[in-house]
Amino acid sequence: MNTAATDLAPSMLPRPFRITRVRREVSDVFSWELEPADGGLPPAYVPGQFNMLYLHGVGEVPISISGDPSGETLVHTVRAVGAVTEVMRKLGKGDEIGVRGPFGVGWPVAEAEGNDLLIVAGGLGLAPLRPAIYHVLANRARYGSVAIYYGARTPADILFRKELERWRGRFDLFVEATVDAADIRWAGRVGVVPKLIDPRRHSFDPDNSVAMICGPEIMMRFTVSALQAHGVPDQRLFVSMERNMHCAIGLCGHCQLGPEFICKDGPVFSFDRIGPVFHAREL
Amino acid sequence: MEPLKPLEELLLEHPFFAGMEEGPRKLIAGCGRNEVFHAGDYLFREGDTADRFFLIRHGTVAVELHVPGHEPLVVDTLQSGEIAGWSWLVPPHKWANDARATTLVRAISLDAKCLRGKCDDDHSVGYEVFKRFIPVIAGRLSAVRMQLMDVYGDPGKRR
Repeated sequence: MNTAATDLAPSMLPRPFRITRVRREVSDVFSWELEPADGGLPPAYVPGQFNMLYLHGVGEVPISISGDPSGETLVHTVRAVGAVTEVMRKLGKGDEIGVRGPFGVGWPVAEAEGNDLLIVAGGLGLAPLRPAIYHVLANRARYGSVAIYYGARTPADILFRKELERWRGRFDLFVEATVDAADIRWAGRVGVVPKLIDPRRHSFDPDNSVAMICGPEIMMRFTVSALQAHGVPDQRLFVSMERNMHCAIGLCGHCQLGPEFICKDGPVFSFDRIGPVFHAREL
Repeated sequence: MEPLKPLEELLLEHPFFAGMEEGPRKLIAGCGRNEVFHAGDYLFREGDTADRFFLIRHGTVAVELHVPGHEPLVVDTLQSGEIAGWSWLVPPHKWANDARATTLVRAISLDAKCLRGKCDDDHSVGYEVFKRFIPVIAGRLSAVRMQLMDVYGDPGKRR
């Protein structure tokens, strides 16, 4: 094996992990708690990074890490939406999978210290942001005001609902959730996420704020526009991009978006960097 | 208890009237009155005559669609600082939805016939009103389109 191949080996070889707990979140979404099957420690990661989860004989998928970065287990939240994840949904406690990673650039939680934080999530987009939220809560005094805005399809689709309710009960957090549609038993907000961002309800200093946004790209587009309208500069807006990631180390080119490799240069990008290709229809 | 503020002052505090000159604001204030709704009260109901609209000062209003045989569907919620109702602008001036207070709601209602009359008499007042309503309508249309896209649904089954 040559030197280059030896250097790449840790990134390319899946490490066996055992599922220690399965949690059904909402209808087609589940979370796994994983521990290394070799008895070692799980790898350290920064909020916003992802792993490639490998199911022997079925395939491999990129999945964001959704647990507490200071915790002892690795947590992934998965939506059963394709051939690999549909099979993954059937696995249970004790089953083994392969894990490569962590990969990519995460949320700028260290750089954001001293700033107001606007955390905006839509649907499953709350999962990649949850490690950042855990980090911020563990280091709450290092940040200014913190707001979490969350949007889901219906009340039944609200991810991590108990945690959202717990966070909402804190005096040092502003948490608002909205859904696209509901029946009259839902006492919360109905409408789109960008509408939640209202300085009359939660004030922030646009020039000293950092926004972390994750969700479907359409939702992120409208959210970016709303935050720009409130005066938040592009270099303070961060979005997590999703593309067809295969190798996860910027070699195969499947996830290339303009000049960027989403797996290696992202998935988290500042909007002043990704903005020029964010709206490009051809890419 | 705080002393009651004149209606014109309350209008000035509402974002809908931000930046409006004193002249048209005074004229419009003549069409307004304070209203209070308790949780569960309807501000208006689908099919009724749209004889006013509301500047929400406090509380939450659910905009609902009546679905025969089912519970109503909530399609939007409106908060303090927002406007409830634009059917008063569009003939035949009938409400297209129900609007229900989900909390205690304090609002200023503006009488549609009075306001339409003032807009007809003085087009600069009409221009001020329309200039403020159009961004509200455009914003809601944009939001409805986003809701229709069902962005959080299964990408393979998107409508």
